[in-house]
Amino acid sequence: MTNEQTIEKYDSKGYLDMELLRFTTAGSVDDGKSTLIGRLLYDSKSIFEDQMEAIQAVSDRKGDEHVNLALLTDGLRAEREQGITIDVAYRYFATPKRKFIIADTPGHIQYTRNMVTGASTANLAIILVDARNGVIEQTKRHAYIASLLQIPHVVVCVNKMDLVDFSEKEYEKVRHDFEDFSAKLAIKDVRFVPISALLGDNVVDRSKNMDWYQGPTLMHNLETVHIGSDQNHIDSRFPVQYVVRPMTTEYHDYRGYAGRVAGGIFRKGEEVSVLPSGFTSRIKSIDTMNGPIEKAFPPMSVTITLEDDIDISRGDMIVKVNNQPEAKQEFDVMVCWLDDKSMQLGGKYALKHTSRDARCIIKDVKYKMNINTMTKIEDDNNIGLNDIARITIRTTVPIFLDSYRKNRNTGSMVLIDEATNNTVGACMIV
Amino acid sequence: MESYKLTHLRELEAESMYVLREVAAQFENPVLLFSGGKDSILVTHLARKAFWPAKIPFPLMHIDTGHNFDETIEFRDKLVEKIGARLIVASVQESIDKGRVVEEKGVNASRNALQITPLLDAIEEHKFDCAMGGARRDEEKARAKERFFSHRDDFGQWDPKNQRPELWNIFNGKKKMGEHFRVFPISNWTEMDVWQYILLEDIDIPNLYFTHMRKCFERDGTLLAHADFMQLKDSEEVKEMQVRFRTIGDLTCTGATLSSASTLEDIIDEVAATRVTERGGRSDDKRSEAAMEDRKKQGYF
Repeated sequence: MTNEQTIEKYDSKGYLDMELLRFTTAGSVDDGKSTLIGRLLYDSKSIFEDQMEAIQAVSDRKGDEHVNLALLTDGLRAEREQGITIDVAYRYFATPKRKFIIADTPGHIQYTRNMVTGASTANLAIILVDARNGVIEQTKRHAYIASLLQIPHVVVCVNKMDLVDFSEKEYEKVRHDFEDFSAKLAIKDVRFVPISALLGDNVVDRSKNMDWYQGPTLMHNLETVHIGSDQNHIDSRFPVQYVVRPMTTEYHDYRGYAGRVAGGIFRKGEEVSVLPSGFTSRIKSIDTMNGPIEKAFPPMSVTITLEDDIDISRGDMIVKVNNQPEAKQEFDVMVCWLDDKSMQLGGKYALKHTSRDARCIIKDVKYKMNINTMTKIEDDNNIGLNDIARITIRTTVPIFLDSYRKNRNTGSMVLIDEATNNTVGACMIV
Repeated sequence: MESYKLTHLRELEAESMYVLREVAAQFENPVLLFSGGKDSILVTHLARKAFWPAKIPFPLMHIDTGHNFDETIEFRDKLVEKIGARLIVASVQESIDKGRVVEEKGVNASRNALQITPLLDAIEEHKFDCAMGGARRDEEKARAKERFFSHRDDFGQWDPKNQRPELWNIFNGKKKMGEHFRVFPISNWTEMDVWQYILLEDIDIPNLYFTHMRKCFERDGTLLAHADFMQLKDSEEVKEMQVRFRTIGDLTCTGATLSSASTLEDIIDEVAATRVTERGGRSDDKRSEAAMEDRKKQGYF
């Protein structure tokens, strides 16, 4: 069989033609999050024998009653000893329909930073609620972060249904309470599933204990949720990452702009502007090693060449002539603080936005969020680890920005402490 | 309506190319660690795509344990010539000769852990500020928390509790003098993704991955290839078997699997049906449950 024939055969089997869904999980301590992930991996047959043997041995040693599926995801030794998850871990599994990447983040109050990190790349968030406790402060915090980070889809899993006798009334109460407060948030798509992660009800297999629930299982939601519209296909943005100059005889004058499409669609022959210079030109070619292509869209990595010889370097942005981002030096962002050392009002930080580096100064704190009550605190300028606030920053050079709501790629940036080089702030442009 | 969707393989490809370009842009002197295994071959292929039509703008470095499969070295040299890359070889034997490391003794002796010293020495000697590798998060529990850009202090150590948060697709490669980064462009790929992509892109891989006859013996449930420098226990018997390798590393600790898979298609079917992880055949990971974490803290890639 030739390579082409093999590829065709596998395409028809669906192996080479799957979509990728990235999701994050949020739950409070003991909501059964690790068990749920273990269950998804186990029931979708993504756990290998040697992994299963390893956790079986540990469970036996500890004298656990069931094989502790949570052990599958608790990675580092410190965590295994303390029995808690302390950092974002990534898990992988696939079904015949989709491939999944889980950003597994802990739910402790002190770990807002981890949830924000996991949420930043997710198409979907699973929020776990313990059916016995209902919607609590931490649930609200998770929902707020999902909304702040603009995760397009949220699935609320009402877990431990086995401990409330699979009661429809308890489930409906959680659903009602969640809908009640989330009406104030910007979550576009919320679904609810009653589950038991421990026993497997409605995770991958349909529950035999909850006839009253006619909706899809969690896995069915994950496999079918429409993610084709999660990217911005309207506002064309191409941050230049790297300039490709082969300087060989064959490609003597070649000058290509390598980058990843951050929004919209670029087509060969189209007129474009280059920021910050403002020069215009036309797209001469969109190149890949597999040959030139006609159009590029997010999240493709391509190399663009232009008709005219313009001086372009890393940090510049190629956009459509009639649809340009704002160039600003002073603007507001929502910041989530990630560092032990508090934010310094009036302090200077390094900043990274797409492929552009700059420096900035923190001009003002507009308000700090109390994310448990979702109220604004207007007279507290102390922004410490895990705090979320609206601030005003001023940058050394103009930043080509979109609102985060419009485009997660061009609407996000990070702040870096110039003394330690740590990433200290996650910013979403308002 | 036109479709603006990428398949999972193309999305992973785009992500890895993006990471490779960030490395080239953010670091002055990066290097790509090349073991001759399929993962480092994949990273090399993705690097060619990221900078095409230019050549890969950084050298490849092989940490040579001296206990190689001959096929690996042959393959390495051919590939380097074909793509016009610069190759650096750092040798474990040299480190032993210089007295920088001491060879392990006994039948289970492996030079795998000894790679750390020549690696860190080479990073210092060549003043590399970033070493890229083909590690994947799905391989092993300790790797599941690894970042794309992993910061190492001036002793080359990894501190799992002090890793920089990585948000969106913004990578922070800022560092102080003497510090360096490890970068893992294929972090999000699984073993299955790698094989599917090798098929999709028709990438050359060493014959060791396909079925062949080889002299092997069994130790602690793992099939090991026989070579002159392997010490046998009295109870161990060398037999000719039909095997292939799922990973290729140091010969002393890379387990073979009985297999008749002779094409990529066979391998994909085999991977889909298999019930043991890839590293299940690696005896270096079996030493203790936290083995990988310990080696990583010391600077293992």
